[in-house]
Amino acid sequence: MTLIAESELQSFVLLRLGDRRFAVAAGQIAELVAPSRVFRFPHHTSEIEGVILRRGRIVPVCDVAEKLIGKGLKSRRFYLITQRSYGTQTEWVALPVTGDCELINAEMTLPSDTDAPHVSGWLSHAGDVIEVLNLAALTPGPTETAPATATLQLQEARP
Amino acid sequence: MRPNSPTKAPAPRTEQIILFRVSGQVFAISSASVQEVRGMDSLSGVAKDISQPGLSKVKHFVRRGEHSIYVVNAAEHFGLPPAPTALVFVLRRTRTALLIDGIEKMTSMTRLQALPLAFCHEERSWYRGLTALDQTVVPVVKPDGFLTPEELFLLDASLSQEADEKARPAAEDDTQDGQDMSLTQ
Repeated sequence: MTLIAESELQSFVLLRLGDRRFAVAAGQIAELVAPSRVFRFPHHTSEIEGVILRRGRIVPVCDVAEKLIGKGLKSRRFYLITQRSYGTQTEWVALPVTGDCELINAEMTLPSDTDAPHVSGWLSHAGDVIEVLNLAALTPGPTETAPATATLQLQEARP
Repeated sequence: MRPNSPTKAPAPRTEQIILFRVSGQVFAISSASVQEVRGMDSLSGVAKDISQPGLSKVKHFVRRGEHSIYVVNAAEHFGLPPAPTALVFVLRRTRTALLIDGIEKMTSMTRLQALPLAFCHEERSWYRGLTALDQTVVPVVKPDGFLTPEELFLLDASLSQEADEKARPAAEDDTQDGQDMSLTQ
């Protein structure tokens, strides 16, 4: 009985946006980093505010607070770097968060038909009911993705 | 028996790029994609006006042999605030000349990262990718991303319509002359 209960527990990272907490499956988290300079350039994807440089990678920054709590973040404490899947490909996306993150083990309840597309489930933790986020529904991306590698060598990238 | 010579790691491939400014924003373009760099003054004598509704980024064109080269205002293309333009890049293997504020410097890049898939709109056709230079990130533009085939079609159609309109009064004059002649005959 205990063994079965334990096997249903999954790891999640809790993140804070203003007064609310949300969860992301721990397997989708790359790291938590201090805010760094956001580089901006012209584009038309309104959810993306720019990119940061992290370990030689260029990572888009996506402020999901507007969608989740109805207002953008005025201050940010960390960037939670998540692994966002695009079909068979995975890329890093940085989510600004306003407080510490916490790793927990909890049992996830599946979403109902009436839940928003960005909800992939629910957790009950420390008296709160917490949304588990579906990054694919929450962050922008093409509807169809070409099987391309994230980093191109110049030889391949020449026009 | 000779000792094995130490294997050297291959030198990273580099690509020469030009960093240029448009309305204060820095972009990069492969120097191989730039056929000519000209001052704005050199355009004033040869550029002709063109007006295509919905395509305000192109206000001039230049005749080069049989082709028309369209002058694209880069600030308008990228949706940046207007800024005084000083230089024109004539882009190789395209029919585009690009109005820019100025050249920042020439340098080289060793790595081009594909534009992250999170960017999923028009910008995918604007940029070849992003490169990190001196701890900053610079978008590397696609030379053929300034005018889509549809935009080129519209511009070409606008020019041929203009040419037809110019030719029509001349043709009408000829007809008129013909009538006059027949009357006198």
